[in-house]
Amino acid sequence: MLNFLEEWSFFGGSILLIFIGLYGVLSRKNMIKILISLGLMDTGVNLLLVALGYVEAANAPIINSVNPSNAAAFVDPIPQALVLTSIVIGTAVLALGLALVMKIYDKYSTLNISEIRGLKW
Amino acid sequence: MKFRNLIALVITAAFALIILQAFTITPAAGEITLNEFGKADINNRTAQLYLNKSVNTDNKKVIYQESKNLESGSANIVTSVVANYRSFDTLGEITVLFLAAAGIGVVLNLENSKKKKFAADDSSLILNTGIKLLFPLLLLAGTYIFVYGHLSPGGGFQGGAVIATAFLLKMLSDNKFEIKEISITLVESTAGISFVGLGLYGLVTRGSFLENFMATGTVGQLFSAGIIPLIYIAIAFKVGAELTNIVKNLIEA
Amino acid sequence: MPLISSFLILIMLAAAAAALAFDDLLSSIIAAGLVSLTAAVLFYFLKAPDVAMTEAAIGAGLTTAIFVLALFKTERGKSE
Repeated sequence: MLNFLEEWSFFGGSILLIFIGLYGVLSRKNMIKILISLGLMDTGVNLLLVALGYVEAANAPIINSVNPSNAAAFVDPIPQALVLTSIVIGTAVLALGLALVMKIYDKYSTLNISEIRGLKW
Repeated sequence: MKFRNLIALVITAAFALIILQAFTITPAAGEITLNEFGKADINNRTAQLYLNKSVNTDNKKVIYQESKNLESGSANIVTSVVANYRSFDTLGEITVLFLAAAGIGVVLNLENSKKKKFAADDSSLILNTGIKLLFPLLLLAGTYIFVYGHLSPGGGFQGGAVIATAFLLKMLSDNKFEIKEISITLVESTAGISFVGLGLYGLVTRGSFLENFMATGTVGQLFSAGIIPLIYIAIAFKVGAELTNIVKNLIEA
Repeated sequence: MPLISSFLILIMLAAAAAALAFDDLLSSIIAAGLVSLTAAVLFYFLKAPDVAMTEAAIGAGLTTAIFVLALFKTERGKSE
């Protein structure tokens, strides 16, 4: 029972977080709310990637005085290395989006995407 | 309004169905499937090569404070993946970061906009003094995190973020505190050039870009791991300067 | 440990739903920061201390600050 709970809480929870973010991106009208939802999706994807590399009762991939040899079991270090950079880039891209939102607000004085007219294609 | 939420719900549910379907497919013989939670098969993954430090050599054993001259001398395996085995990826990633920071500068176009600072006109004495005390400590913590990145959890990205947070606090509390644009640019470009320079030196002396050209030493000592600490210091300065630049642009916009 | 992590995931999902449901944008940003913070603890439970540090320093700290700065430049109005 407890194992089942742990197994599905990580996979299910992170996938659910991605879907909450997706629903937010699609349904909200406020631009800052949309960017918040994008950040939630980002967190969900990162959590799912790290959970895929988890090994039960294994160690963090660091060789130190507590764990002095590589004969012991380790979790997968590659997803961790990917997620490490993905978090930093996610924040930078969100900041770029916020800069665009601030510029749009200067021009239209609104954050509501359905009130922004004058987009000519 | 209601209709919009309904459409969003339908699209999300469709995505969810596709994902759920992928979980119910029974794999044919010989097909690779997702492992259950907690049962990732490390022995058959690339990770095993990184853990044994045996991508090019045939090594099976790494012992703390004993093993010498391994192909990557970092005790933290994540660091050895980020800053050695896949450092070309990392170079691409900090380029993305640089482009995002440059994009923010272009979009906000500070020279033509009226300035309105975020900080209150007079921040209280307690806030000012507290941050005066906290600022050097935060810089010290960030430096510790990136210098010890190859031995303990941490590294250039985390250390750079902590340093950027220190500058954020300083900018919020102190009205007169200003970082010159030119000094941020100088730090950032010096760090970027030294990263690429380390890579080019490896290309010239060892034959491939970003290859380790220094002795790797004993696993677990501060002066070990070849070029990994140098690369992580360059990354820390670059990430710190870029995040500080982003925050500064947003504050002054 | 399974119970703690499941409980934290419940908190995380509740905070994510709250971030979408709140009318006030500042409350919404703080709820998103809570999601990042619980995610950092979960990364630690998944034996990823490097990622946990990054998420705590950048995801929970800097991102929240950047959102609040942008909110100050725009409007803290009601959203739909």
